[in-house]
Amino acid sequence: MGYPPEILLEAVANGLLMGAVYGLVALGLTLVYGVLHIINFAHGALLTLAMYAAFVAHGAFGLDPYAAMIPLAGLFFVLGYLVQRLVIGPASRGDDSNMLLVTLGLSIIIENAMLAIFRSDTMTLRLPYAMSMVELGDVLLSVPRLIGFGVTLLLAALLFVLMTRTDTGRAIRAVAKERTGAALVGIDVAHIYAVTFGIGTACLAIAACLLLPSFYVSPRVGNAFVLVAFTIVVLGGMGSVTGALLGGLFIGVVESLSGLYFGDSLGQIGIFLIFILVLLLRPTGLFGARA
Amino acid sequence: MTIREALPILGFLVVAVLVSLFVTSNVVLNFLVFTLILAIAAQGWNLLGGYGGQYSFGHAAFFGMGAYVSAILQQRFGVNAYPAVAFGMVAAALLGYAIGAMVFRAGLRGSYFALVTLAFAEVLRILANAIEITGGAAGLLISLNLGAGNLQFANRSSFLILAAVLLALAMLMTLAVEKSRIGAQLVAVRENEAAAAALGVDILAVKLRAISLSAGLTGAAGALYAQYFLYIDSNIAFGTWISVEALLAPIIGGAGTVFGPLIGALILQGLSEGTKMLIGKIPGVDLIIFGALLILVVRFPLHRIPGVIAARWRGKGAP
Repeated sequence: MGYPPEILLEAVANGLLMGAVYGLVALGLTLVYGVLHIINFAHGALLTLAMYAAFVAHGAFGLDPYAAMIPLAGLFFVLGYLVQRLVIGPASRGDDSNMLLVTLGLSIIIENAMLAIFRSDTMTLRLPYAMSMVELGDVLLSVPRLIGFGVTLLLAALLFVLMTRTDTGRAIRAVAKERTGAALVGIDVAHIYAVTFGIGTACLAIAACLLLPSFYVSPRVGNAFVLVAFTIVVLGGMGSVTGALLGGLFIGVVESLSGLYFGDSLGQIGIFLIFILVLLLRPTGLFGARA
Repeated sequence: MTIREALPILGFLVVAVLVSLFVTSNVVLNFLVFTLILAIAAQGWNLLGGYGGQYSFGHAAFFGMGAYVSAILQQRFGVNAYPAVAFGMVAAALLGYAIGAMVFRAGLRGSYFALVTLAFAEVLRILANAIEITGGAAGLLISLNLGAGNLQFANRSSFLILAAVLLALAMLMTLAVEKSRIGAQLVAVRENEAAAAALGVDILAVKLRAISLSAGLTGAAGALYAQYFLYIDSNIAFGTWISVEALLAPIIGGAGTVFGPLIGALILQGLSEGTKMLIGKIPGVDLIIFGALLILVVRFPLHRIPGVIAARWRGKGAP
């Protein structure tokens, strides 16, 4: 429609690459949802925090975002663990709307702390490889996004191994299925909750490092991702890891194509409309996982 | 609702009028007008969220609708301010009904309701920023045309009285809802939706009425905001800030009480001004405190105290 096929193809390919990182953000969200049965509203703000952390790691220590990936993932795992253990868990006392409010409070704090420290200007890292492209047939692909795509798939595979082959993974799945039963056989549920939240947050740190070479940072950047991530999670089925990845790819393509046809500012609407439509049309499927 | 039950609201109005007569500092008057506008928006949220237990994260949709419809009617179509504000309110209520009809019919509750309302507000924000009639990213100015006939006042104390009267009306309406059958049904829906349905409450109808009233009130606050500042843009009218503050004020001041939103709005704006005085104007610091306060009041639900005291005090007067 109006565009030559190679431009369409390029939009689809770039959408797929961006979608993989969306999928990674959604992966953390869906994991937390699947196990803790909470909607982590602070997910976007934690992503913002991770992006600033990667930004500062580059500015202060000269650390390349890709090199910062593993230390930051470790740091954010600990952060997520502590936030769940010390703040979200005790404050919400298992109540659904309390969790929503507590995570909203967290997101307000993080977002505005970033605003107070870094002000509202958008910042970008200037890396030599940020603009580098490879040519695949007729299609030009951004190298940082290609790397993001690869790392996301690798991470998803790692997560799969963790969940199926390790004791922690088994404990996480047990808690997700039957909290009381898991507690009865001696699993420390509060600990597993915090570990899961930590893994979800670590996913964000990695996503931040993958995004930074080709994306800007601002105090509200996470908001752009949080509804996208929710859309993906809803689309792919709450708690489903493959669903998150496939949903991420789909949304990436939708965003890329609607940006092409409607321009960047209106293109964002596409995602919100899909989110609303999915929620409105498939609500029963969505509540399946809820107690 | 009896006269006695409405006495505290009258008391509030008397205090507001006295303040408007004796306070001359523009800073203080500005603070109070803004707080009252916020309290009206928050009262709207309170009707649906506090009494009905449906936590909206997107009341900016209604605030912005009220503000934009009123401003566009005045600026682009030459409509007088009074009908324009009324139309803004009605448009917001209709939007509330339309959103409610979609999301409540689809059975969205809890977190999903919160998220979907947020998504609606964001869609409207992006639209208002992109289309022409709203003035796009440049925003919309209402031409200065002072005079009570245009709902524009040269002195801030007149506007304070106007805002106080509107808030008093909003509180009276809330009180009337609280004492009526629909109020009881709304609370029943909040406490246990399945049980309420089993007892014959028409859940959808109750929720739809609540969201329409709620949206209309918050829309009135938006129209009033536009009338006071004579300027709006998409990030003011449909921005997250108003969704957050409309939710925080009742939760901090006492959700599901008539005075909760006002008390909460006073606490929030007081804190905000206090921090500005103490540490200067660093953007975001007041919101950091709001966020911490939100977590604290959820962790230690003592925050209901002001609202509960108000309810007790009112209760004592009742026969």
